[in-house]
Amino acid sequence: MSVADLAFYAFSTVTVAAGLLVTLSRNPVHSVLWLILAFLSSAGLFVLLGAEFVAMLLIIVYVGAVAVLFLFVVMMLDVDFEELKGEMSRYMPLGLLVGVIIIMQLVLGVGAWVQADGAMGLRAAVTPDLAQMENTRALGLLIYDKYLLLFQLSALVLLVAMIGAILLTLRHRKDVKRQNVLHQMWRDPAKAMELMDPKPGQGL
Amino acid sequence: MNALDFHIVMPEVLLAIYAMAALLGCVYAGKDALTGAVTWATAGVFVALAAYIGFAGEGANVAFGGMFIDDAFARFAKVVILLSAAGVLVMSQDYLARHDMGRFEYPILVALAVIGMMFMVSAGDLMLLYMGLELQSLALYVVAAMKRDDVKSTEAGLKYFVLGSLSSGLLLYGASLVYGYAGTTLFSGILSTLGGEVQLGLVIGLVFLIAGMAFKVSAAPFHMWTPDVYEGAPTPVTAFFATAPKAAAMAMIARVVFDAFGTIPAQWGQVLAALAVLSMFLGAVAAIGQRDIKRLMAYSSIAHMGYALVGLASGTVEGVQAMLIYMAIYVTMNLGTFAFIMSLEKDGKSISDIDSLNMFSKREPLKALAVLILMFSLAGVPPMLGFFGKFYVLKAAVDAGMTWLALAGAVASVIGAFYYLRIVFFMYFGRETEGASSRMVPVQWLMLVAVAAVMLLGVVNLFGIEAVAQTAAQALVG
Repeated sequence: MSVADLAFYAFSTVTVAAGLLVTLSRNPVHSVLWLILAFLSSAGLFVLLGAEFVAMLLIIVYVGAVAVLFLFVVMMLDVDFEELKGEMSRYMPLGLLVGVIIIMQLVLGVGAWVQADGAMGLRAAVTPDLAQMENTRALGLLIYDKYLLLFQLSALVLLVAMIGAILLTLRHRKDVKRQNVLHQMWRDPAKAMELMDPKPGQGL
Repeated sequence: MNALDFHIVMPEVLLAIYAMAALLGCVYAGKDALTGAVTWATAGVFVALAAYIGFAGEGANVAFGGMFIDDAFARFAKVVILLSAAGVLVMSQDYLARHDMGRFEYPILVALAVIGMMFMVSAGDLMLLYMGLELQSLALYVVAAMKRDDVKSTEAGLKYFVLGSLSSGLLLYGASLVYGYAGTTLFSGILSTLGGEVQLGLVIGLVFLIAGMAFKVSAAPFHMWTPDVYEGAPTPVTAFFATAPKAAAMAMIARVVFDAFGTIPAQWGQVLAALAVLSMFLGAVAAIGQRDIKRLMAYSSIAHMGYALVGLASGTVEGVQAMLIYMAIYVTMNLGTFAFIMSLEKDGKSISDIDSLNMFSKREPLKALAVLILMFSLAGVPPMLGFFGKFYVLKAAVDAGMTWLALAGAVASVIGAFYYLRIVFFMYFGRETEGASSRMVPVQWLMLVAVAAVMLLGVVNLFGIEAVAQTAAQALVG
């Protein structure tokens, strides 16, 4: 077994174990931490595959931004998980039944799995020749050229998500006095204040 | 990717640019001052694009390496989508403004949803189909919850979102199985790999795909969200749900089964037939107990989707043609009906209880007559246009050798006629009570009366829609 093989087994074992612990751990904060471990070890797997750019993206975007955001959300959520579990147990039999049926279908489908004759060729036809260029460049060609339409559409989906979040949560409060810098700057001192010259011993 | 690709997707690109420009303009103007203007402008853009697509489009064009298909079928669906969305927008403006929901985001979200629908009906690739679907759904989830201080509206949005995500999951799972089999997500590629014996894994994928899409047209047994969402969402939003997205999702199903799986109709025909039978009967039977007219329309739309699916299940050019005619008629009927539902109010508050319609004909004879025509048409009573929709669909099923399906449809339509006619009964022969009044702005009145007139006058030649739908169907099945 070469070093690469050893590394592969190490990374994949950690990934699977961490994935399992995400769902099993009782504390949701721990779940997120296990999730981060799963991301890190799958980044290792990507490096082994020679996709170093995707590996770095996984670490920077998922570990650096998404998981940390998750952590914030989970910590701020005030959800009583014990109560949720109590609710869940009522639907457990039905859920189990659905699960068993889906597993049976999977076994049937995957057990008799056959690819179409030309499937491998079609799969490979999409990607540019990796012997000609590095994989980052190939990825760029796919996302920003071949699949430009999909890329732009996902941007629109994100725009809708943003509009939705604002529409559903933002409330314009009328009772709050906001600072208006221009308003302040354009105030006329002559109107804003009055100079008085009170005589000694007299009030205004 | 080249300039020609963009020329082909130009209507979608223009609409996206318009939506973003309108968003910027409204945010810059601040508050909701421009809502009315933007609503009308958006409707205007929809109509202009529909005219452009309808008159300038020609032949079958493919863009982005087969991902985007612009053919007669897509154009037919797009014109229906754009016009119905425009109709809903103009008739809902007054309602939203009066009920303190005149937010400028509404027309913009509708525009974005319409972009998603246009991509759905033009998709030539599972990935593009999914992106279009998500763009549409996400915008719809948001507008369903737009009345955010109302528990029912919030519930509608949340329920729609959770169940919608589940259905997207089913669809993606199916898509991944299909990709695993075919090695490509392009419809043309999938079609080329289908040969010889049909593999089990592919069939499972196909069924999951259809299940995910059936959710979007609210076909039974994937209809659970429909009554709650229809009831909870603000009425104009419900009107929108009942029209454009339904037409888009139905066209999308047709696109997938014929473009990607056209050579194995036996595999999906039976699934669609089962969905159709379940929807027709569930829609007909479950609506009987409803007292809320919006819930009733929800079950009505489930039943109508069943009839449209009958057309698809027959798997022929005539079937697709019948489905297109049916959807066009269905969308038109719903526009008129919802113009009426929106106008119902009692003491300044909008209501949707069918008991409030008692003796409505005494108060508003003309509107009552228009609603009578619409209800007859929805029930499929000849000589209204709704009858011809059902007639074409059932005839296509008989011609394709599925007489049992046509019989089931006929029986279900008789059952379903009961609750439509009950509304008419209440309006003309009901008890004397203090019922609802109907307050309409001119555009709503026009919509109601014009749609009723269309339902009557369509008898002559169906406004020539038959030939157009045939061209569209041939482009898809051909």
